[in-house]
Amino acid sequence: MHILTLAIKSMLNRKFTIALTIFSIALSIMLLLGVERLRNDARESFANTISGTDLIVGARSGPVQLLLYSVFRIGNPTNNISWKSYEEIKDQRLVAWTVPLSLGDSHHGFRVLGTNLDYFRHYHYGGGLALEFAKGAPFADVYDAVIGADVAKELNYNLGQEVVLAHGTGEVSFVRHDDKPFRIVGILSKTGTPVDRTVHVSLEGIEAIHTGWENGAPRPGAHIDAEQARQINLQPKTITAALVGLKSRLAAFRVQRFINEYPKEPLLAALPGVALQELWDTMAIAQQVLLAISVLVVLVGISGMMTAMLTSLNERRREMAVLRSVGARPWHIFILFVGEAGAVMSIASAVGVAALYVTQLIARPIIQTQLGLFLPIHSPSTHEFMLIAAAVGAGLLVGLIPAYRAYRYSLSDGMTIRL
Amino acid sequence: MSIETDAIKIQNLSFHWRMGDAAVLDLPELHIKRGERVFIKGASGSGKSTLLSLIGGVLLPQSGTVSVLDQRLNELSSAKRDSFRAEHIGFIFQMFNLIPYLPVIDNVLLPCRFSQRRKHNIEKRGFTLKDEAVRLLEHLDLSTEMLQRSVTELSVGQQQRVAAARALIGGPELVIADEPTSALDADRRSGFLQLLLKECFEQDTTLVFVSHDSALEPQFDRGIQLADINRAIN
Ligand SMILES: Nc1ncnc2c1ncn2[C@@H]1O[C@H](COP(=O)(O)OP(=O)(O)OP(=O)(O)O)[C@@H](O)[C@H]1O
Ligand SMILES: [Mg+2]
Repeated sequence: MHILTLAIKSMLNRKFTIALTIFSIALSIMLLLGVERLRNDARESFANTISGTDLIVGARSGPVQLLLYSVFRIGNPTNNISWKSYEEIKDQRLVAWTVPLSLGDSHHGFRVLGTNLDYFRHYHYGGGLALEFAKGAPFADVYDAVIGADVAKELNYNLGQEVVLAHGTGEVSFVRHDDKPFRIVGILSKTGTPVDRTVHVSLEGIEAIHTGWENGAPRPGAHIDAEQARQINLQPKTITAALVGLKSRLAAFRVQRFINEYPKEPLLAALPGVALQELWDTMAIAQQVLLAISVLVVLVGISGMMTAMLTSLNERRREMAVLRSVGARPWHIFILFVGEAGAVMSIASAVGVAALYVTQLIARPIIQTQLGLFLPIHSPSTHEFMLIAAAVGAGLLVGLIPAYRAYRYSLSDGMTIRL
Repeated sequence: MSIETDAIKIQNLSFHWRMGDAAVLDLPELHIKRGERVFIKGASGSGKSTLLSLIGGVLLPQSGTVSVLDQRLNELSSAKRDSFRAEHIGFIFQMFNLIPYLPVIDNVLLPCRFSQRRKHNIEKRGFTLKDEAVRLLEHLDLSTEMLQRSVTELSVGQQQRVAAARALIGGPELVIADEPTSALDADRRSGFLQLLLKECFEQDTTLVFVSHDSALEPQFDRGIQLADINRAIN
């Protein structure tokens, strides 16, 4: 016991170098845990984004791309699908329900989704949870909007407020649909999915703000105001994608084949689970590389500690001789060094974990907006504890090297004080 | 010559540092009586420090025996030798005697961390460890306000006196000093030696004092020239 108090006092004496060592190891541990956390939570967040949907249908592209733009609201579709095709799919015998999705507008960087009331009924997330309203109700009028929890929170919106949608999905848009403002009638509860960052309006609303438009810009001299727009047929001619629920899961492949071989238009039906897995797999290599790098960074930190300990060894040979003269045993000297390695690693782990939480608090909103990932802040998992234990173990193991040298020195030097 | 009166008894000792090297020490006989204060001198490299390590049980001779306080050191395991040393012997070195990260008081009390016996010796007499440290430091002319000071703030002479207090704390039977005065100037040297000798006398401690400075020799009970008793040629 007393030898460990000596170890601590000796470390306090070298505060500055030890602090630097701890700092670099703490950073490396934070990186390692951060990467692991990102890997695990991203996977969970992905998997939780959509559930209960059997097929996602869109214009022919890749399943991952379709999944990204329709569900994660990342990137833009290459093409739309026609309303006719949508109706035909909807009327299939094996199809239980469909939800049309129309994307392409935004509001202060939040995506606008045109859909119908089936969306609130059938879109499920997090393993079967339905959307809930924190305030208000689904849209009823053409110019009604339902906003996600984050939209409400970040823009400080409340029911009854008017919002103007912008054409395009960029953060800054120059073409605004300011002649046809929408009124907020509903605010959804937090889901931890991209829904939180979406402004929902009816398909008719989307159609209304684009009447008199051609090729993505208003046609000169063809202005139709908000009230006039109500009068014309607001049935959309195209939509971006559709979510499809089947009467039986077993039918998924048949319906998928039907859609993929649809003769009138090149369509793609993707199985969400498969697309999620594929999306995940495309990132697998990058993840492995990230993990490998962060493990290496931890090892670099640990070898920095070893270097510092080996450097201090020479001047500490005197100290060791003195300790030997008062009766310290060679293994006391050994413990002195291993104890230091252990203390450095433990403190660095604690600091690293703390730093991880701080970083997470800061980085979370950014990751949400930029990557569409909803990373929960949770207490360290067993897996993470095992990683920390492995790092501490590696540190102790590496600490054995200077400890063993010190042990050898204390045997060979005895009480002779070497300069 | 009765066994009880010998603090150190060396017989037919031969020691070499490495296999195949010539012996550094080859001592047929050396006796130091209990309570005796002995001065050992010798040229640099003649093996004085090596001899002290053998007496301290940090090294073992390849042949012959070293007995300290009637205990044959080679009969003890290395662990036992380490605790034997902690219990019975105090050391003072030439310099860098102190642990730089411990304050004066902790440096003085260091042997009590490793030796229950030395701790009990103090407590038996009804003192606390701190009382005893203060008493020793005062005897060695160090002010008590130094107790919590960092040892790196002390002058070399003060450091050596702290080292002496550490060697003496808990009343070990034997104090071994390896050129403790060579870093001091002439005035402080005799001052330090006087304090050390006085304290050893009061505690009836055997003192083995190594130096190549013959000027100090008259203050000791006996002087030994290492070259005279060592058959090894260095
Ligand atoms: N740890 C060691 N390993 C190998 N050889 C050693 C070791 N320590 C001392 N020696 C050798 O043993 C011999 C005696 O050394 P020692 O230190 O005992 O001399 P000394 O009389 O104390 O000298 P000084 O007056 O300079 O302190 C020297 O030749 C030295 O090179
Ligand atoms: Mg010497």
